[in-house]
Amino acid sequence: MKPDKKKNNIRGKSKKVRYPGIYFLGAVLFLYLIISLYTPGNIAKSLTASLDMFIHVLPALVLIVFFMGIVNHFVYPRTLSKYVGEGSGVKGWLLAICTGILSHGPIYAWYPLLKRLRDQGMKSGLIAVFLYNRAIKIPLLPVIIYYFGIRFVVILAVYLIIGSVVQGYIVEIMDASIPDSAARG
Amino acid sequence: MRDMSDRKDNEDRKSIIFSFYKAVKSFGNIFPILLGIILLLGLFRTFVSDRMISAVFSGDLLRDTVFASIVGSISAGNAVTSYIIGGELLKEGISLIAVTAFMVAWATVGVIQFPAEAATLGKRFAAVRNAVCFILSILVAIVTVKTLMMIP
Repeated sequence: MKPDKKKNNIRGKSKKVRYPGIYFLGAVLFLYLIISLYTPGNIAKSLTASLDMFIHVLPALVLIVFFMGIVNHFVYPRTLSKYVGEGSGVKGWLLAICTGILSHGPIYAWYPLLKRLRDQGMKSGLIAVFLYNRAIKIPLLPVIIYYFGIRFVVILAVYLIIGSVVQGYIVEIMDASIPDSAARG
Repeated sequence: MRDMSDRKDNEDRKSIIFSFYKAVKSFGNIFPILLGIILLLGLFRTFVSDRMISAVFSGDLLRDTVFASIVGSISAGNAVTSYIIGGELLKEGISLIAVTAFMVAWATVGVIQFPAEAATLGKRFAAVRNAVCFILSILVAIVTVKTLMMIP
């Protein structure tokens, strides 16, 4: 009996996780339906733009799933907490800054991996630092330098890194001040 | 001895497959949200043009900076687009502080991505992170431009 009960619990839990996403997608599709009644041409344009985006993002998504698999298999909570957990110190902050700068792909593609890392012990502040440093995009530097000059870009990058640390501390303080379950949403 | 190592290999292989299965499964949970975000971005690209974004700026430094952060926060897409719009705004006489705030908010605040962030990392985390990013976009813009002006 016990295993069945456990199974049911797991199913119940996964249903809870799945439904908000499906409702959200349903709401967006409903929005498309409403707009299509007024401007069908624009809906076709939107769908084409979305498809282009999806094709563009697909390699990053595959890479993220691959990383998640690697993390699941090779990274143990104890190892992870050593580098980005509670006792990681300056090393953890530097790692979050560097990986944030080097990361590619759209921000939303990284959420599942970051959730997995946090479940295994990564500090919320370091997740915020990682996400903030994604504003510094090395492959796009020539474009921003072309428009704004190298001096501006260097100063902006330095302040973005400082800003990321400030943000990390604030998120960490806010996260620590509330119960764990509420913090996880 | 060989049996034992074969069994160990088999277990490792099984656990690798299980690790990837778990990865695909947890990604599957978030996939409807990602798909919804991509569809919203498609609508955004169709209905909000670069010209519409430029039109909200008036020339008043404070108002433009706050507006720039708001517009950057609700805008989405590749950062290159924000650099190009920023470059054009600068040519039109909009202050560098406002343009910088716009680009920083574009890259750090995600209003359209908020549902996905809240669903995966928690509502509280997403709300605090985005609110702090919004305020920082203005502060980072001010100190960047002030520092730039101080350097001969």
